[in-house]
Amino acid sequence: MTTELKQKEEVKPELTTAEHPATKYLREERLPHIWCSGCGLGSAVTSLTNAYEKLEIPVDDIGVVSGIGCAGRAAGYFETDSYHTTHGRAIPFATGLKLSNPEMNVTVFSGDGDLFAIGGNHFIHAARRNVDMTVICVNNYNYGMTGGQFGPTTPRGATATTSPYGNYESPFNLPDLAASAGAIYVARWTTVHARRIQQAMEDALSKKGFSFVEILSPCPTGYGRKNDLGEGIDELKSYQNRCVIKHGSDPGEAEIVRDPEAEIVVGKFVDTDRPTYCDIADEYLKGEK
Amino acid sequence: MSTEIEKEETTKKWSTDRGYLYIREDYCKGCGYCIEFCPQEVLEESEEFNEKGYHPPKPKAIDKCVNCGFCGKICPDFAIWDEKEDSNE
Repeated sequence: MTTELKQKEEVKPELTTAEHPATKYLREERLPHIWCSGCGLGSAVTSLTNAYEKLEIPVDDIGVVSGIGCAGRAAGYFETDSYHTTHGRAIPFATGLKLSNPEMNVTVFSGDGDLFAIGGNHFIHAARRNVDMTVICVNNYNYGMTGGQFGPTTPRGATATTSPYGNYESPFNLPDLAASAGAIYVARWTTVHARRIQQAMEDALSKKGFSFVEILSPCPTGYGRKNDLGEGIDELKSYQNRCVIKHGSDPGEAEIVRDPEAEIVVGKFVDTDRPTYCDIADEYLKGEK
Repeated sequence: MSTEIEKEETTKKWSTDRGYLYIREDYCKGCGYCIEFCPQEVLEESEEFNEKGYHPPKPKAIDKCVNCGFCGKICPDFAIWDEKEDSNE
């Protein structure tokens, strides 16, 4: 057996110019990307491109909008129509994009700090209006790009650059916030659930209305290093052990706490339907109501 | 439109029982996700460095690969992926 294996190892690979299938939707000249080793953003981008490919959405019909931060860099890598907005303003820009191009498939790809701290108001109002867009929030629990300051999703007690004695603020529970603000699709997964993220993105992109997918990502350079979580791979292994899939459960009980043994509830929390902003506006403007 | 860039033959292509496995070593940042989460334990860390100074993965038992495609989904750096042989049919 060992000799067989040795013989196979000696088989030299062929050299080709082949590219990753995700690069169909990406600007190849900008790769490799700037994200750290072990960061989950690249996996999230791959899942999104896989979802576009599975749903057969043409590159020209997609608009990707992102704000500022590590996740904000994503828009720059997409070959689709894309826009890198000012801090927190990804959702207002995306709302305008959707209203002026109702046929366009608008995706907001941004981080927790951008969407929920600076852009928090825009998020709840877009969810309230049910603007037809997909919001993908990659949650790394801190402001990674600026050096690991604590943000609205940092668990209580966690250490960050600006909370050296532990964070004493209570964090947002993002699925609960999205569900109570009126999102019609709410799911949470981690980057280790690669196939399930893709499925969730496919569902979210196919739904008419405001759909929200939270992706918990390792941040070995910022959050992980300050909290002794090890490398990215250790964070992914801990997600594997901690995550419990509870579809349809109450998002209010899906809080994330710092305890490395505590369970993290993941799954699809909300999947409903209600008229979108554009549909209702059309009815009123045509005098049907 | 993307600007034309001269493509170099930087991707290594291995034949598996059901298709091909590709590894683009210059994109790899050595996070080890593909090695750790491969359900068939096909990969291992290579001893060589790539130009960034990381150890890219290499197959240790390519005959075990079933082309499930999980390495391509979890890789954050677009450095490893697979292709099923019947995908072009």
